[in-house]
Amino acid sequence: MSDVIIRVCGLERSYVMGTETVHALRGVDVQIRRNEYVAIMGPSGSGKSTLMNLMGCLDTPTAGEYWLNGQEVSRMSDDALARVRNKEIGFVFQTFNLLPRATALQNVELPLVYAGVPSGERRRKAAAALERVGLGDRMDHKPNELSGGQRQRVAIARGLVNDPALLLADEPTGNLDSTTTEEILGVFERLHEQGQTIIIVTHESEVAAHAHRTVVIRDGRIASDKMNREAAA
Amino acid sequence: MKVFDAVREAGHTIRTQKLKTAFSMIGVLIGVTFLIAVVSIIQGMNAYMEDKFANGLIGLNTFQLAQRPTINTGNVEEEVWREWQRRPRLRYDDADYIEPRLTTPAVVSRYCQDRATLGVGGKVAKDITLVGTDPAFFTIKNYNLSSGRIFTAQELRTAQPVMVVGTLVAEKLLPGQDPLGKEISVAGIPYRVIGVVEPQGTLFGLSMDKFVVTPYTAPARRFICPIGVLDYISFQAADPQQMVGLRDEVESLMRQRRGLRPGQANNFDFTDSKSALEGWNKISGFLIAALPMLVGIGLVVGGIVIMNIMLVSVTERIREIGVRKALGAKRRDILMQFLVESATISTFGAACGVALGIVLAMAVTALSPLPAKVAPWSVLLGVGLGMTVGIVAGVYPATRAAKLDPIVALRSE
Repeated sequence: MSDVIIRVCGLERSYVMGTETVHALRGVDVQIRRNEYVAIMGPSGSGKSTLMNLMGCLDTPTAGEYWLNGQEVSRMSDDALARVRNKEIGFVFQTFNLLPRATALQNVELPLVYAGVPSGERRRKAAAALERVGLGDRMDHKPNELSGGQRQRVAIARGLVNDPALLLADEPTGNLDSTTTEEILGVFERLHEQGQTIIIVTHESEVAAHAHRTVVIRDGRIASDKMNREAAA
Repeated sequence: MKVFDAVREAGHTIRTQKLKTAFSMIGVLIGVTFLIAVVSIIQGMNAYMEDKFANGLIGLNTFQLAQRPTINTGNVEEEVWREWQRRPRLRYDDADYIEPRLTTPAVVSRYCQDRATLGVGGKVAKDITLVGTDPAFFTIKNYNLSSGRIFTAQELRTAQPVMVVGTLVAEKLLPGQDPLGKEISVAGIPYRVIGVVEPQGTLFGLSMDKFVVTPYTAPARRFICPIGVLDYISFQAADPQQMVGLRDEVESLMRQRRGLRPGQANNFDFTDSKSALEGWNKISGFLIAALPMLVGIGLVVGGIVIMNIMLVSVTERIREIGVRKALGAKRRDILMQFLVESATISTFGAACGVALGIVLAMAVTALSPLPAKVAPWSVLLGVGLGMTVGIVAGVYPATRAAKLDPIVALRSE
């Protein structure tokens, strides 16, 4: 069991909107093991964003259990969740979400600042993470001095810097052209080979095809969950 | 997150948004500038009043015995004034009675004065203070001579027409000449100049060198005071404690001499440097009382400005806050980030206010006769108040930022 990173049982999330209750997730069960590379797909309104927010510990479920790396996180307080996000999860966003006034290195250092790592070690770790995504020579550049692909690689380095149990990418190629998309997917591929557990949320099947397993969400439930052909082969 | 990291980030944000920072800190800057400048001027005035005004006019550890207070500030009621007028005047023999009976060592000086017109040949100097006194006067006033000598006890006894002059009188009546040995006439009586007093500078911009000093027995005395009458007698003690004792002694001798019964009020008055400062203390008291209000308005306005700008800043950076939360920032981290930022802005504003206040105080010293003296406590208070305003003003925006839901914040444009 120890190599199960994510265990989700009967996960439900509903929102009260005025007098109506909207059920975004209606009972999801899924397990993801260490070093899996999973794509979560689904049309808009399917509940995939809600599932991603719950897996990313940005939100707490209405019912059900969520175990992340051996911890039950579904009942945690805000501050405890912040700690889990800091230590266990690396986020990669569609719009990169880098701080515009900070250099690449400072952006990558940010999770370590919140982890309370002293500044010398912070610089060293952040530099190593940037080297890992092939940006060792762009550390002192600000985001607006970098291309879209380079920005996303800075964001990936930021996601990796705290050695998280899970790299969670939300439409990571949604703002990139096809060449750059290939470049970023290559980075994910390499990280996966190095042992990183990765979840990509996407609505593009070409992107999902790079993952080794695809989970499709529809109407708040898992519609399908299967290994991709090439990965299975 | 550590406070140091928060301060570094705040510094970074402020550096990249110079104009916005400048606007946010303007209120605090004005408030603190005001605090520093006004306190500096009051402090400088205090020193000036004590040193030059009180001690210069009256003398160090000295009090004056007179018919009525010799320095008046503020309005005197008609009735009080009339009572003062009815009192017997101070006479030579009052001094002759008191002086030998004193047990406390003291320098005693008889004094009377008037304004007079002096002349040399065709030249005339109007509105000169003509002083009739004794050699002890120079000790009490701490006058040093730049040339010549003061008159002697013998010249006083024999009523010699000699005078010691202030520099301005010498320059006006005997320009470019050595005044010693020359004659200056007072009401047609020629006096020989025997000494010149060192320049005394100015008091509130008025020259302190427009005077001549003659023996109070000298021929011109009838133009100064009725013969036998003095304006006041000065008593100088060795130190402030002895001065108190000396004053009690003089008081009881005077009461005894004038046959006042216990319970009857004195029909004479004492003036010392403290009573000379009374008027100034009243003015500075008003200023000090008004100061918190004036500074407070600046700081409150400054605080509101900072709060508004911080609210705008939070709104502009909602997405950044969402990212920070996603990366593991706790509520407390976000709270601290914005509190430190607003405290840094206002502390910086306060520091600029201190600098500007000091510059203002220096400008006042340079451009007016009022000397300003920067008080270290006002600098500390200014910076402390600035920081406090920033923290207080930052609480609401920072709380709003800290409470943001990360999902909502990340979704915002």
